[in-house]
Order: sequence, then C-alpha cells, then structure tokens
Amino acid sequence: MENIAFLIIFPFLAAFILAFMRRQTKLRSVFVFFSCAVVVTAVIYYAVTGLISNQTQSLLRETHELDIAMVIAEIGLMLLIVGYAVKYRKLLVAILSVAQTGLMLWLDFSGKNIVTSAPHILSDKLTIMMCLMIGIVGTLICVYAVGYMKEYHERHSTEFKDRSATFFALLFVFLGAMFGLVFSNNLMWMYFFWEITSLCSFVLIGYTRTEQAMTNAFRALWMNLLGGLAFAIAIVYCALELRTGDIRSFISLGNDTGVVLIPLALLAFAGLTKSAQLPFSRWLLGAMVAPTPTSALLHSATMVKAGVFLLLRLSPLFEGNLVGTMVTTIGGFTFFAASMLAISQSDGKKVLAYSTISNLGLITACAGVGMHEAVWAGILLMLFHGVSKSLMFLSVGAVENSLGSRDIEDMHGLIVKLPGLAFVMITGIAGMFLAPFGMLISKWAALKAFVDSNSMLLVIFLVFGSSTTLFYWTKWLGKLVAVVHHTHRYESKVKMSQWISLLIQAFLMIALCILFPLISTNLVEPFLSEMFHETLPPIISSGNMQIMLMMLFAIVILPIAVRFLTFGKKKKIVMSYMGGANAGDDRHFVDSFGEKSSVYFANWYMEDYFGEKKLLRPSILLSSATILVLMGIIIGGGL
Amino acid sequence: MTEAILIALYVVLGPVIGGFLSGVDRKLSARMQGRQGPPVWQSFYDVGKLFSKQVVVVNYVQDFLVGGFFIFVVFTGCLFFSGGDILLVFFALTLAAIFFMMSACSANSPYSSMGAQRELLQMMAYEPMVLIVAIGFYMSTGSFSVADIIKSDVSNILYLPGIFIGFIFILTIKMRKSPFDLSTSHHAHQEMVKGLTTEISGNILGFVEISHWYENVFLMGVVGLFIINSTWWSIIAAVAVCLLVYFLEVLIDMVFPRVKWELMLKATWLFTLVAGVLNLIVLSAIK
Repeated sequence: MENIAFLIIFPFLAAFILAFMRRQTKLRSVFVFFSCAVVVTAVIYYAVTGLISNQTQSLLRETHELDIAMVIAEIGLMLLIVGYAVKYRKLLVAILSVAQTGLMLWLDFSGKNIVTSAPHILSDKLTIMMCLMIGIVGTLICVYAVGYMKEYHERHSTEFKDRSATFFALLFVFLGAMFGLVFSNNLMWMYFFWEITSLCSFVLIGYTRTEQAMTNAFRALWMNLLGGLAFAIAIVYCALELRTGDIRSFISLGNDTGVVLIPLALLAFAGLTKSAQLPFSRWLLGAMVAPTPTSALLHSATMVKAGVFLLLRLSPLFEGNLVGTMVTTIGGFTFFAASMLAISQSDGKKVLAYSTISNLGLITACAGVGMHEAVWAGILLMLFHGVSKSLMFLSVGAVENSLGSRDIEDMHGLIVKLPGLAFVMITGIAGMFLAPFGMLISKWAALKAFVDSNSMLLVIFLVFGSSTTLFYWTKWLGKLVAVVHHTHRYESKVKMSQWISLLIQAFLMIALCILFPLISTNLVEPFLSEMFHETLPPIISSGNMQIMLMMLFAIVILPIAVRFLTFGKKKKIVMSYMGGANAGDDRHFVDSFGEKSSVYFANWYMEDYFGEKKLLRPSILLSSATILVLMGIIIGGGL
Repeated sequence: MTEAILIALYVVLGPVIGGFLSGVDRKLSARMQGRQGPPVWQSFYDVGKLFSKQVVVVNYVQDFLVGGFFIFVVFTGCLFFSGGDILLVFFALTLAAIFFMMSACSANSPYSSMGAQRELLQMMAYEPMVLIVAIGFYMSTGSFSVADIIKSDVSNILYLPGIFIGFIFILTIKMRKSPFDLSTSHHAHQEMVKGLTTEISGNILGFVEISHWYENVFLMGVVGLFIINSTWWSIIAAVAVCLLVYFLEVLIDMVFPRVKWELMLKATWLFTLVAGVLNLIVLSAIK
C-alpha cells in the first residue's frame, strides 16, 4: 500500500518543488534526474513485489477525508479552467467544465451518492504493466526534456518566454495523475485524475502561448472535457440506477442487463475522446505545436493511453453488444483512416501523430471485441506502442534540433548526416510495424481474434490499414538509408541526457522483442485469466515464437552474412547514374546543354488520394454519424 | 527431420526450378512474339556471367540491404515449405520486400528512387489480398499452419475460389509482369531504365536474380496450396495448376500494356474487395 501511495504522491511533490525552480540551473537538472531515478526505482520495486506476491489487491476502503480533499481540488480545477475560458473567451469550455463539476458536487452533497465499502485502490497485473510503462518511458522523456528544453529556449530565445519551470512541474504532475488513474478503482477517483490529465495537457500544449498553440490547446481541452462530461454522467447514472461506484463491481454486473449499457456507452465515449479516436482526433494532431517532450509524453506513455486503459479495463463488458460494436467500428475505422492520412504527410511529427491515432484505433478495436485473444493483443500493442512511439518522437525532436527541420524530406541521407540518430530512428520505425518486432506479433493475434469473432468489417479495416501503414513507414525508412556522397556530417546538437534517454529506449525496444514471451506468460495471461474467469491456452505457439526469434537473430547476423556472401570480391565504388552524367556530388547532373542541373528525390505523398483535404472531413463526418446513431440507439434502448 | 529435408530441398532445388521457369518464361514470351528466343537454360548462363564480372557498387549500404532481401526471401520459402505459419510466412516476405525497396532508395539515383516509390505502391496494392489469402485458409481449415492446411480432406480452392482468383491477380504484380510491372521489368524497353535495380550490378545483381527465382518458386507453392489436400494425386494436380498459372502470367504479360499507378491501385483494391472480401463473407456464413 505504501509504495502505491508513494508512486502517486511523489511525482506531485517533485512537481511542487520544480515549480519554484525558476531558472535553468544545474541544480534543477540534477533534481529532475534524481526524481526520475526515484520514480523508476519505486516502479520497479512495486512491480517486483507485485509479481512476487502474485495477487490482486484491493485497498483503502474508508477515505472520507481524502474524498473531501478531492472535492476541493476538483472545484479548484474547475475555477482554473473557467479562468482560462474567460480570459480567452471560450464559452463552451466553461460550460462543459461547470456542468461536469456541478454534477459531481451535486452527487456528493445531495446524499444520493452511496457510501460503499468498495476499495478505492486496485492493484493487479494490468496496473503493473501500466506503471512500468508510465514510470520508465515517462521518466526517460523527462530526462530527455532537460537537454531539449535548454536547446529549445536557446533556439527560440526571442520568440517565447522561458516557462520551463512550469513545464517540468507539469511533466511530473502528469506522471502522478497517470499513476493515480491507473490505480483507481473508485470511478470518482479515476474521474478526478482523468480531469487532471486533461487540464495538464491543455497547459502543456499551450506552452508557447502563441495564437496557434492556444487554439490547439483549447481544442484539446474542449474535446477532453466532453469526454469528461460523459464520464461524470456515467458516474451519476451508476450511483443512482446501479447503486455502484467502482469499476470492479461495475464489471461484475455483467452485460446481460440493458441498464449497464448506458453508463458503459458513456464511459466508452470518454475513452474514445481521450485516446483521440475519430472524430476526436484533431486535438492530438494539434498537440504537436508543443515542444517535443510534450508530444512524446501525450502520445506514448500517458494521456492517450489513459483512454485505451479504460477501454481495456471494461473490455469484458463489450462482447456481443452494441457498445462493443461502437467501440470496434470506431477503432477499426480510425486505424484505417488515420493510416491513409499519414501517407500524405511529410512533417515527421504529423506522421507520428497520425500513426499514434491509427495504432490506438487498433488497440481500441481489440478492446471492443472483448475476447481474451483480442485483449491480449490490445495490451501488448499498447506496451510496444508506448516504447517505440516515445523513441520516435524523441529522435525526431533530436533531428530537428540538429538539422533545423523535422520534415521527412529533409531527412534524406540521414544515415550519412547523423548516423547515430538514423540508427535510433530505424530501430523505432522497425519497432512500429516490422517483423519480427512485437507490434507485428500483436497484429497477428489481433487478426486471428477478429476472424474468430467473425467481425468481417474489422478484418477489412485491418488488412487495408496494414498495407497503408506499411507504405508510410517504409517510405520514411527509404529516406533515411539514402547514401548521398560528399555529404558532410552534421554537428549533432544532441545533449548527453538526450542520448542516454534515446539509447535506453532503443535498448528497451529490442529487449521487449526478446522478452515479450515472458511478459505474456507472467503478466498478460494471468491478468486475462482473472478478468475472464477462465484459464486460457497460450495465444502464440512456442514454435512461432522461435521463428520470430530466429528472424531477429537473422537481422542481427545480417552484416556478417552479407560480408560472407560477397567474399573475395574487390568492389569498385562509383557514382550513381543521374539520368545524365553525375556532376560528381550526387546532387547535380550534366544536362543536354552541358550545364549542371540539380536533382531532388521526393517521396510520394499522393495528395489527390490520401490528402487531408480529401479524407479528413469525410472521416470525421462518418465517424461522428456512427457515434451519434449508435449512442442514440443504446441510450434510447436502455431508458 | 522431414522439415530439415524439405528445407534442404527448397534451398537446393528452389533456384534450379526458378531459373528453369524463368528460362521457360523467356522462351514462351519469344514464341508469342514470333521470335526464336534463347535456350531455356539461358538464365543460368546470364547469372553465371554476372558473378564473373567486376563488382561496381554505388555504396556499401546497398549491398547490405540486397543481402537482407536475399536472406529473407530464402527464409520465407523455407518457412513455407517446412509447413510453418502462413501469416508469418507472408510477414517475412514483406520484410524481404522492404529490404529490396530500401536498397533501391539507398542508391540515390533518379531511376532507382522512382522504382522504389513505385515498388512501395505495388506493395500497398497487393498486401491486403496477401493477408486475405492467409485469412481465407484459416477460415476454411481452422489453422494458419501450412502443415495442417495440406491435410484438408478437399482442396481448399473449393471454398476459396474468389481468393484464388484474387491471388492470381496480385501474382501479376508480385512477379512484376505487365500490366503491373511499374517498378522494374524483365524487358529493357521502358522509361524506368531498370527501375529498382538500376544501380545494382555484378554479383549483387546475380543475387537479386536468384532471389527472384526463389520467390517465384515460393509463390507457385502458394498457388499449389490451394489445390493440395490429403490425397497423393492432388500433388500432381497442384503442379499442373501451377504450370497453368505460370503460363497464364506469361500470357498476361504479353497481352497487356503497362498501366499507370492510379489504375493499378484502384483496380487491385477493388478486385481485392470484390473477389477476396466477398469470398470471406460467404465463407463466414457457411462455416
């Protein structure tokens, strides 16, 4: 119990101290590193003790004082949001915030809220996995941020005010809120932490206070508050109609009774907004205006993962009903649509944003199927995505600092310009979609589950979405490996702390690929057995596991094998043919007038087919209509 | 033990059969065009000559990536012929194709870059159908494992006629036959010079050729998988169907002119939806 409390409270304390360290000093850097180390140690301690004791714990039954503190904090949050809303004249935000906090307060003070003795804290295998991801990936992002923010403000010293104290404080608040959210069994507690992450992401996205940043930040806020409102209504409904207020007893109600479907649909709706599914994807796309560590944090270990975490928790209830259909349809559609949209983008961060949305769609769809194989795939996808996406964002940020651009076209020949970063990036991309890395194995399981559950629509989304995913990642890889002769190496502006963070994550990525059978047997499968109340056969046979390991091994020994294949041949290096004589620098050729003309190799973006102009609006309309109709039927049918 | 023998057979005989098929291809094409054509063993002479040439490369990264292509193509075939999981087989094939595409990107030349982008587009076009083939086998036999699939009582083509035709359709892309030979082609007369392989020469090009032979034998193996069942004579039928399909591909190559990429993408996806998905839906209804 103490370690759980420590995990939740310590980041908040660290944040409080950091908020007062206004200047960029050595001391602050050291304090950030120290706090990160503490969080990682605490997380590992928690995971190890959890694994050894090997049981699900439910803790903290009587919490009257804490509840009152939470109510006060909630009012504080509301006042803060309303304050921002008044300052920037955003009526909608204010209304949403007041409405949901009002609902909560009414429930608290009207006496309608049932005082159950249900535990407030829940600790099981899923929380262990989530904590490891939040704790390790999240803190690595904080470590990276130390070097990055320094460079960032040197580069933008005239444009933005240095508010990095707030920035670091908020990173830690975020981590604390995520821990709280993951451990909460009581819906009200979860809602409270849910709201903190919404507000935090709002402030982080609006960090630079430019007009665009504020617009995007408010978009993120209203969409997440809308989800929060659905969450609040679900809590009230649960309390009044179902006489329950915590997740475990809510799940144990089962989905046989129609009344459960209404709060379930509302909670699923909240999950969909948080995990940026269509039609709510635009807030995550806008989030990239923020400094890179923010994007990395929102996209990988926190924020969006809170949404899919809730959906995965509720997954047993989704099987075979309309709410499940809503979640799978939206998830599958988002997977496909976002991967198509990613094709037309050349901004590295934007491709990553669409890829996050797309991958979360797949996880959402897995949760919505509600069968154990699908949930297995969903959990592993979530873990692999957390690590590889953070790695990708941070390496794009590092490249941007060194090259002055994050456009994928400018990464042409990165393997010569910045070899170290190129290799880190290649690892990240391979982790996102290639065999034998984990994402692909999970996709294998997802596909099997979709076929088994006979959901043909999902199968179609998955097979087409896989091919578009392949397209946008591979063309990025192609840009990285181009070898342009006579390219000077760029001076790498990557700070030591950033390198440490990147290398550890690249290492984690590879370690996860090797160790994931262990994760599956020790964490995911026991969790699923408990959640679905049955012992389950292993999802992936050991034979296939060996084949995956063989592939990994083959990639590792590839350099030696290639040397062996071409043994004994003396190679002559020449310049490539440019469609005219190469002028000697791989960038120009001699044209028919005998003059030098320059060449430029661009990737294909196919704007006419996959552009935002072409696809974004129809996708949003289609998904909005789907949600509206299905929510209407569910709520109308239940009332 | 039998698995090891099967793998050894594929590794040894794969290029022999593949090279022979490629010779037959050239002979047939020539005859269809009213030419005499080279002897059927010509492909072996050509590759032999490639290996005796001086090695001229534009950079070492490209060699490395071509090596990856070669190794994973062979790996794919071994996995398939030893009765492995067909989804993993296709994933390995995709990995091989990605290595090949990256090798073209690394050359930094206009023709190979164009070829690489077109190759990638071709992959995007055929990938859904490839996955649907695996799903089709799973739905019809209840297993992804090739070893289980060949033990079916009846030939799976009976359940998967649409998927079979869809696979033949994308085979044209995969074997780089006209009308879908956008990224590179066996014929020299084209605007892409040699597309993907423009900057590859000598023994490296030899390895690319041999990889294609392995790949073609593997693809014919997938065609055969639709036919093979638990009876012994189904193997003869499978070989006959493979030869027929191969002939058909050569014929298609001769008859159709190359199309633009837009048409290829639309046609392939549409065909995948109509033939493949419809077949799956019917299958899910009756199974």
